[in-house]
Amino acid sequence: MSVVKKEKLLRGVPASPGIAVGNAYLYTKEIPSVQERLLEDGTYEQEIDRMSAAIQKSEKELGKILAFARQKVGDAKAKIFEAQIMVLQDNVLIESLKKRIQKEKKNAEFIVSDEISKYAKLMLSAHDEYMHERAHDMEDLRNRIIRNMYQEKLISKLEGSSIIVAHSLTPADTMILSRNKVLGYATDLGGVTSHAALFSRSLKIPAVVGLGDVSREVETGDQLIIDGYSGVIVVHPTEERLKDYEAKRQHFVLFEEQLAQLKDLPAETKDGHAIELSANIELPEELEYVVLQGSRGVGLYRTESLLIGQDDFPTEEEQYLEYKKVADRIYPHRVIMRTFDIGGDKIAPEMAEEANPFLGWRGIRICLDRPDLFMQQLRALLRASARKNLAIMFPMISTIGEVHKAKEFVEQAKAELCAKEIAFDANVQIGVMIEVPSAALSAGPIAALVDFLSIGSNDLTQYLLAVDRGNSLVADLYQPFDPAVLITLKHVINSGHKHGKWVGICGEFAGNPVATALLIGLGIDELSVVPAVLPEIKKIIRSLNYSDMQIITRKALNLSTGDEVDSCLRKFLISECPDIPVENN
Amino acid sequence: MIEREVVIKNRAGLHTRPAATLVKTASKYKSAFFIYKDGMEINGKSIIGVMTLAAEQGSTLILKFEGEDELAAAEEVVAFFQRGFDE
Repeated sequence: MSVVKKEKLLRGVPASPGIAVGNAYLYTKEIPSVQERLLEDGTYEQEIDRMSAAIQKSEKELGKILAFARQKVGDAKAKIFEAQIMVLQDNVLIESLKKRIQKEKKNAEFIVSDEISKYAKLMLSAHDEYMHERAHDMEDLRNRIIRNMYQEKLISKLEGSSIIVAHSLTPADTMILSRNKVLGYATDLGGVTSHAALFSRSLKIPAVVGLGDVSREVETGDQLIIDGYSGVIVVHPTEERLKDYEAKRQHFVLFEEQLAQLKDLPAETKDGHAIELSANIELPEELEYVVLQGSRGVGLYRTESLLIGQDDFPTEEEQYLEYKKVADRIYPHRVIMRTFDIGGDKIAPEMAEEANPFLGWRGIRICLDRPDLFMQQLRALLRASARKNLAIMFPMISTIGEVHKAKEFVEQAKAELCAKEIAFDANVQIGVMIEVPSAALSAGPIAALVDFLSIGSNDLTQYLLAVDRGNSLVADLYQPFDPAVLITLKHVINSGHKHGKWVGICGEFAGNPVATALLIGLGIDELSVVPAVLPEIKKIIRSLNYSDMQIITRKALNLSTGDEVDSCLRKFLISECPDIPVENN
Repeated sequence: MIEREVVIKNRAGLHTRPAATLVKTASKYKSAFFIYKDGMEINGKSIIGVMTLAAEQGSTLILKFEGEDELAAAEEVVAFFQRGFDE
């Protein structure tokens, strides 16, 4: 008897693009319950041997994971596993485990669990994000040893290709699961910057995170659709839904193939207006993909990605090597590197508790308060600029004074390098992110001080409309097409041009196909977009006339609500570029 | 027995990397090596123990060495702290 199960849609955060259909594999990390048990006389040695074998096996497994992680996601992020291996080699720990087994006459599972949990609890009691992560690493390690004592093979259960569903995934889980045929990841927890999200993007596997309770809604074997573009999981999809998604998937594949043909063509309108189309990069691993997508350069390189999975700030030398690697790969095109933008919703290694992090200690404010870190980064960036294809950009500027100060630091860093006779680009371009309303209003005087402006549309929109997109109570008020946003964009672009400086945009808005005509119509010089949408935006640019974009922009500027602007631009796009997959609303 | 007081100098504190070096250095000696912080006592030759200290910049630790080569052990370990873990 077959029961038709009801279709269910779950919404989460799109973490890695792609569409896949497959069966769920529920990955539970519940450790086999550990029972406390007294050993019989004379079996202690045997128990100790059993434990030692499990520890050795765990070390071997982690060694493999480490090697795999180094190759797939890079050395910096692989370090997470190194610490776990060091603990397995901790003789003091192992001796005390052995002694406890002999003295307390209890089973090894219980002793291992009890001893390692003690340390994990102590780590958790520290008010420090870094220590909390280490505590989770220790719990992960404890579970691994215990699993190996029970000789359980978790992964062998994973047959064929599956979509992994889990409450949360540790870096080790993501790496080891990816060695099998994984079609996608869906997790209850996690944001776009969680390890699982970052790893799945590097591995090009669709992922949706932050689904709330997907691990309770789904059972192993359930049919699922994972849509990593819009962050949707469909459980028990109907025939109709499957057809829709298959069409959507094929459309994307076909469309991407078509777009690939545009790879070497310039981003130029039909009537010959050229736009600098470049890519935003979150991870160095995305670089190859960006080159493949036909990007002419990198409009936003987030240097804070260097801090992910790191114990501390990388040294000047480590930073220099990383920046140089990126600049060399993208040469002769240009990469714009943004200095560490931490705080707000972004990773902060030393999390200060703030009531209003978005109005708090973040971006350039941290840099200016920590000259030691800032100078170290500026020297590394300048050294990497020697081939003259690297520009430096400051995040979260809110006053003209901050621009002056940041520039003084650059001059100081230049002087230090000069004194040591180290090469750098003396005319390195300096730019500022315009993402705070005060900076947008002061765009003119700021433009006079720098070489370029780059609009950070996500934060600028949030600050202008006083809406936190992450807050589900008000998220629907986040309207990037609001007339106030349009007026601000226009002011910033015109102010930059008045001072002879180019103006770019590197927020999500830049990669929104509906916004392309508007941004170009407003006179933007550069669009920096996530690599996945770059070919699509290029196609739009190449299908339109600049003169038509100017006309539709003038029309949009006269509308009085964001929804009207959105629908006006949407209609324009659908009529002018019918190939572009945009829904009419 | 030798007792020394040290202050964590480097910005990032006693994180994984210096912890590993510290354990390696202390393990070269026969003397027992214990670290005391905020009422916690841990074996300084154990990486999981040293990691658990969560010793950040500015925190004070008491180091105790006991054994035949305690003088040499104390000298090398204290010097490592004073150099800010070479960071």
